[in-house]
Amino acid sequence: MRRALLGLLLLAVPAAAEIAPGERRSGFDQMTPELRAMQTDEAANPGQLWVGDGEEAWAAAPPTGRPACAGCHGAVATMRGVAARYPAWDEAAARPVDLQGRINLCRTRHQGADPLPFESRPLLALTAAVAAQSRGLPVAPPADPRLDPARAEGERLFTRRTGQLDLACAQCHDALWGRRLGASTIPQGHPNGYPLYRLEWQDLGSLQRRLRNCLTGMRAEPYPFGAPEYLALELHLMRRAQGLAIEAPAVRP
Amino acid sequence: MARTLINLPKTAKAGAVIEIKTLISHPMETGYRPGPEGRLVPRDIITEFVCRFEGEEVFRAELFPATSANPYLTFTTLAERSGTFTFTWTGDNGFSQTESAALTVT
Ligand code: HEC
Ligand code: HEC
Repeated sequence: MRRALLGLLLLAVPAAAEIAPGERRSGFDQMTPELRAMQTDEAANPGQLWVGDGEEAWAAAPPTGRPACAGCHGAVATMRGVAARYPAWDEAAARPVDLQGRINLCRTRHQGADPLPFESRPLLALTAAVAAQSRGLPVAPPADPRLDPARAEGERLFTRRTGQLDLACAQCHDALWGRRLGASTIPQGHPNGYPLYRLEWQDLGSLQRRLRNCLTGMRAEPYPFGAPEYLALELHLMRRAQGLAIEAPAVRP
Repeated sequence: MARTLINLPKTAKAGAVIEIKTLISHPMETGYRPGPEGRLVPRDIITEFVCRFEGEEVFRAELFPATSANPYLTFTTLAERSGTFTFTWTGDNGFSQTESAALTVT
């Protein structure tokens, strides 16, 4: 049903222009008042359970005998602003890294520990605790020219048609946002709330998990977790969301 | 131990109605969902929540497989005197967790 509707809806959609800065809306704005209340009330937002776990992990020394995150960085509050400017360039690796990638680099480089697996609770918890410090700050992608090639690749991936349904991200998120797809309202597709608690997942998940959902919906093969395509897409999405407030951990349907 | 978040005022005037909000980390696995190998994942839910004030029950809820993961429960009670609330979640596989929070009535 959903797919048939989709086909009808999207065959005729022209390639859309990018959303103007003044028209940028967080997915938050399209949610019901009940869901918005669930996100903004810290006592009701289930993402806070992960933030709590992450704050505890932030202070705990790893078994390697190296310092805890707090040992080098101080209180987790010192991370305010960081999530708003990721992904960022990493000198040593000579590539862009996202926030969870940065956390894993700290584990391997500075703590002599193994990287935490993608979508594992400990990685999501640390990422949520770090990202939550930036709540309310505007998305502010760095003007670092070394990020430009990956950002351009992200834009290409966002606007090109792919998958068995021959759809592009931009068709839904630039051209048809605000319209409905089955029971869902199509959002502009901004990355400002991640990691976030999705009711459909009954769980907290990363932006990559969200993008995998959209790719599966397009009947395209999702990239494996950690693939450079996600980094490129995230760089493009963050630039496209510049100025929106960070909401992590947000709540979405 | 599951992480919990309990929210209530630290102080209240005698006779005031106070709101208590609780969240607990729990998968609330329904028992009806097939796992990766096709077999049903065994049920693992919280079945009961009780809030007591100084040992006296003030709120009780039964939970069922249709309850969402990480259940959020909110309720109100009357602040009559200072004391301690306890919050107990019990469930499948011997799950049992108790947390407490103090209230000062002025
Ligand atoms: C031994 C010291 C050390 C420890 C321990 C450490 N870090 Fe770092 N962290 C650094 C340094 C140095 C940088 C700067 C980037 C680099 O050189 O890797 C950094 C950068 C970061 C950044 C990016 C900050 C920015 O402004 O871009 C984040 C986020 C971060 N660390 C999180 C963590 C977390 C989470 C942990 C615990 C799992 C941790 N760090 C443990 C030293 C440390
Ligand atoms: C067929 C339409 C469609 C296509 C194509 C599509 N999406 Fe989505 N996307 C959605 C819908 C609908 C949602 C919201 C789902 C919900 O709320 O249940 C969503 C959600 C999102 C979100 C989360 C927004 C938020 O507020 O958390 C992001 C980010 C996103 N999409 C990015 C992408 C990217 C990148 C692509 C291309 C790889 C893509 N989408 C392709 C329909 C689409």
